Amino acid sequence: MIAVSKQSIEIETVREESVPFWLDTKKRAIFFQILVLLIVGVIVWYLASNTIENLHKQKIATGFGFLHKPASFEIGESPIPYSSSDTYAKALFVGALNTLKVSFIGIVVTVILGTFIGIARLSSNWLVSKLAATYIEVMQDIPVLLQLFFWYAIFYENLPPPRHAISPIKGVYLCNRGIIFPRLEYHPAYGYALTMLGITCIGIWLLRKWARKRQEATGKTFPLFRVSLAMVIGFPVAVWIAFGAPIMMDVPKIRGFNFTGGASLSPEFMALLLGLVLYTSAFVAEIVRAGIQSVSKGQWEAALALGLSHAQVLRLVVLPQALRVIVPPLTSQMLNLTKNSSLAVAIGYPDFVSVANTTINQTGQAIEGVALIMLVYLTFSLSTSAFMNWYNKKVKLVER
Amino acid sequence: MRMWRLIAIAGVLFLSISAVQAGTLDDVKARGYLIAGVNGSIFGFSMPDEKGVWRGLDVDTARAIAAAIFGDASKVKFVPLTAVQRLPALQSKEVDVLCRNTTHTLTRDTVNGLNFAHVNFYDGQGFMVHKKLGVKSAKELDGATVCVLPGTTTELNAADFFKKNNMKWKPVVIEQATELNKAFFSGRCDVLTSDTSQLAAHRAVAPNPDDYVILPEIISKEPLAPVVRHGDDQWFDIVNWTVMALIQAEEFGITSKNVDEMLKSQDPAIQRFLGVTPGLGSALGLDDKWAYNIIKQVGNYGEIFERNVGPKTPLGLPRGLNALWTQGGLMYAAPFR
Repeated sequence: MIAVSKQSIEIETVREESVPFWLDTKKRAIFFQILVLLIVGVIVWYLASNTIENLHKQKIATGFGFLHKPASFEIGESPIPYSSSDTYAKALFVGALNTLKVSFIGIVVTVILGTFIGIARLSSNWLVSKLAATYIEVMQDIPVLLQLFFWYAIFYENLPPPRHAISPIKGVYLCNRGIIFPRLEYHPAYGYALTMLGITCIGIWLLRKWARKRQEATGKTFPLFRVSLAMVIGFPVAVWIAFGAPIMMDVPKIRGFNFTGGASLSPEFMALLLGLVLYTSAFVAEIVRAGIQSVSKGQWEAALALGLSHAQVLRLVVLPQALRVIVPPLTSQMLNLTKNSSLAVAIGYPDFVSVANTTINQTGQAIEGVALIMLVYLTFSLSTSAFMNWYNKKVKLVER
Repeated sequence: MRMWRLIAIAGVLFLSISAVQAGTLDDVKARGYLIAGVNGSIFGFSMPDEKGVWRGLDVDTARAIAAAIFGDASKVKFVPLTAVQRLPALQSKEVDVLCRNTTHTLTRDTVNGLNFAHVNFYDGQGFMVHKKLGVKSAKELDGATVCVLPGTTTELNAADFFKKNNMKWKPVVIEQATELNKAFFSGRCDVLTSDTSQLAAHRAVAPNPDDYVILPEIISKEPLAPVVRHGDDQWFDIVNWTVMALIQAEEFGITSKNVDEMLKSQDPAIQRFLGVTPGLGSALGLDDKWAYNIIKQVGNYGEIFERNVGPKTPLGLPRGLNALWTQGGLMYAAPFR
């Protein structure tokens, strides 16, 4: 194909004037693009008008007006206050937040766990490497829905009711209502400590700039990592101690049917998170292993011969090359995790699909509901991709 | 998974080019069998037995429709649908009729483009708890975790009830009834809420039925009726009058056993009903023996009730509101003339 088009370009340059427009590749390309656009447009118009007409014939209401009506159903867990008198729009927003919550935490934990297992898989220790291999094989081969049912059943079948909750540490309870733990109550000192943390981060960024400049000028290195770690922990803690080191806990207590006070993670959330993380991290582990193995041994040897330390070799030589291989498939695993989170419906975690399903059923507006579901997942996926593409560009090898 | 099904249904809605007004009766006749959407996991209403034969009150209602159309009650294909799937499935013509304990409400009747036939079961929403909790009334449920099916009127009623009584609650919503029941019976929830008939049905198949108690409060009216699409009046009439024929037969005292003798009845009303005097069946676009076929093959409403959910079954439901109007119930058919 390429060869042909090149050839025709050459022909074009030779006989510039005499070419009729149907042989001119440029004009032809524009013509076909317009044609395809027209066909797509007609199909979309046909589907849309046909749908609207059919809905009208069946006297099914259309449009997004329902979003402003009260939802009148409850949602099991919500990061923001929500009650049944709020609108469908807010209910859907709560669902989106729940999806975001489980996906975000899931992605972070998956990447960390997957990296560890991927490295363990390459370990020279026979037991460690075989354990990692077994983990990967088992987790990859069991469908994720089955894993979700399994973890959910573990939570509700094996854990006791709230009144007989297991308490491994004082104030922390484990029962079939989830994990209930004490929550820090707000105190001004925490606010000051957080502000200090922000200031410290800016300080570290400036310090890093300075250290780099100095290294470029004089060749002297600076123990940046250790110093910043000390700063990040030290400064906020110092502020907290300066304000009298207050600890105010909201400790959960059993009252009536359930615990009141404290914070909790529901069995649905934990089962979903666990299932998604364990499943996806197996894939991530393989990606990490492939990435590391893609860097040839010679690179290590050459870098060590130059006098770099092991950590420096990893950070400056191996990782930049490995990440080039790791990041693109890693992105697709992150997207997979986000999309798989819609399996939450099966185990009762109120994610976006679950809330949208209920909305569809209570309002009867299936097309609008499905359109919203597609829109939300598209937004999540595109933002993840955009971020990872930016990161990919950043870690990509600069070719000279 | 379920998501895909929903998308597929939306897609069918997209593409359903044929005019909606086209006769469902003609489609069903051309196909050779009726497609009925059922619940599939409520013992006594619609559930396959150990031999894989569908049993239940809703199932028998669908069989009655098939008997009316084909003279053969076995010409039905049952499609199990979740609460969330059922309305789109009907709207997109995936099923001809829903016999799936669906509550008749104004919104469903109007905005959703559906029509409800005569009620085939009068129900009301209740709460079931473990006896161990020692709860005597639904008003003591403050702070409880409640298992509820999503996309039901039950879900909305529960929200209203707890709000009205100023009580806090936490719903656990799982789309599959079997999964939801498992969660309840293993203690994930304190309370299971649903129509009382369903609570009784789920209790009947629970590991320890005697450990559970249904609280006395009935918090809603749930008239459950077969549903069809808006816009096909003939089809609506057939479904509607099939249910009424079941009720009328009980009122006449016609059963599957004595229906042949009843053909000889001198009562002109019974003669019209059974098609001895022709006219009623053809008015519906059916065979004049339609009612005879229904009663002969499926039985009257009383027989269906006793066979599936009555006192002699594991459900053990009393007739209550579902008795004939002559016996203090609400079952009342319009005159067959």
